[in-house]
Amino acid sequence: MSMPSNAVETLNRDWLPLRAALIDLAATLDRIDRAEGSVDEDARWAQIQQSLAVLSAPEANRAEQIQLIFSLPYEPNWRP
Amino acid sequence: MDFIDPHIHIASRTTDDLAVMAKMGCRAVAEPAFWMGYDRSGVNSFHDYFRQLTEWEPRRCANFGIDHYSWMGINAKEAEDVGFSREVIAELPSFLDRPTVLGIGEIGLHKCTRNEVATLELLIDLALSRGEMMVFHTPHLEDKYKGTRMILDLLRGDRRVDPARVCIDHCEEHTIRLALEEGYWAGVTLYPVTKANPRRLVDLVEMVGPDRLLANSSADWGPSDPLAVPEVVASMRRRGHPFSTIHQLVWDNPVAFLGQSAHFHAPI
Ligand SMILES: [Zn+2]
Repeated sequence: MSMPSNAVETLNRDWLPLRAALIDLAATLDRIDRAEGSVDEDARWAQIQQSLAVLSAPEANRAEQIQLIFSLPYEPNWRP
Repeated sequence: MDFIDPHIHIASRTTDDLAVMAKMGCRAVAEPAFWMGYDRSGVNSFHDYFRQLTEWEPRRCANFGIDHYSWMGINAKEAEDVGFSREVIAELPSFLDRPTVLGIGEIGLHKCTRNEVATLELLIDLALSRGEMMVFHTPHLEDKYKGTRMILDLLRGDRRVDPARVCIDHCEEHTIRLALEEGYWAGVTLYPVTKANPRRLVDLVEMVGPDRLLANSSADWGPSDPLAVPEVVASMRRRGHPFSTIHQLVWDNPVAFLGQSAHFHAPI
């Protein structure tokens, strides 16, 4: 099932919230850069960089891909 | 629009919340037993909590015309001590027979430890030996994907499981198909910052369809919104979804899932 939604209508509806979310994201990254010290070695920073790469990829399942970046791996043979 | 919130922790909410929920159209709620924000000191604390969920909260909700149901269980966060969990589990059968109890929940995993799994296996066995329905709490944040798959592995290994009588709750973009593809109901929780939100739930409805989806607030003692389900109604309207799809999500689906318990009576 999917709603027959039109891309332009969807962009019209989400334009201002999306613009605001991107500026907030940019300002948050700037805030971290401006602060003293470095997070280059922090695993979370690497997850954020991977997520940013997903945002500019053409696939339509970006949310799922980013969820998986922030997930611990599953071991199929987890039972003792 | 009338709605049912199939997962909310009324014990943690104020009377003002109940009043505004009723005004927004809430007709029934289901409250799973959970972690109250602190570890209980003994079995008696659980006993009293189960009494609260089966005696006091139904009365408090009835004052606002809201039917209150509950699920009995020991949550994953307090399940690490398997011996203690056994004592709590021994309390469950007498409460499961109470007239507003729907089954066993919310049970599941938190940090996915061996002890959590051991307690969970006891709870699943109790549920299946009695033919009870179940609601599963899937872990938070980075543990969710792994924990959801572990829960599904445990259930897949037991032939007594009827997926139509089980809800895998707190599903998000990376776990919802795992639950639906094996025939389970998928709960989606609208909880600020750490879980889904109304907009993303509508995206999921558009991607996987409304069948076997349950929208819930899981509103509790943390920052959360007891009006999250009506917020979904508004989001869906804004995006042009028909009344029938919205009504299915917030009414027909919970009635169909919860109604599999003989203790549930759909509000008329
Ligand atoms: Zn809950």
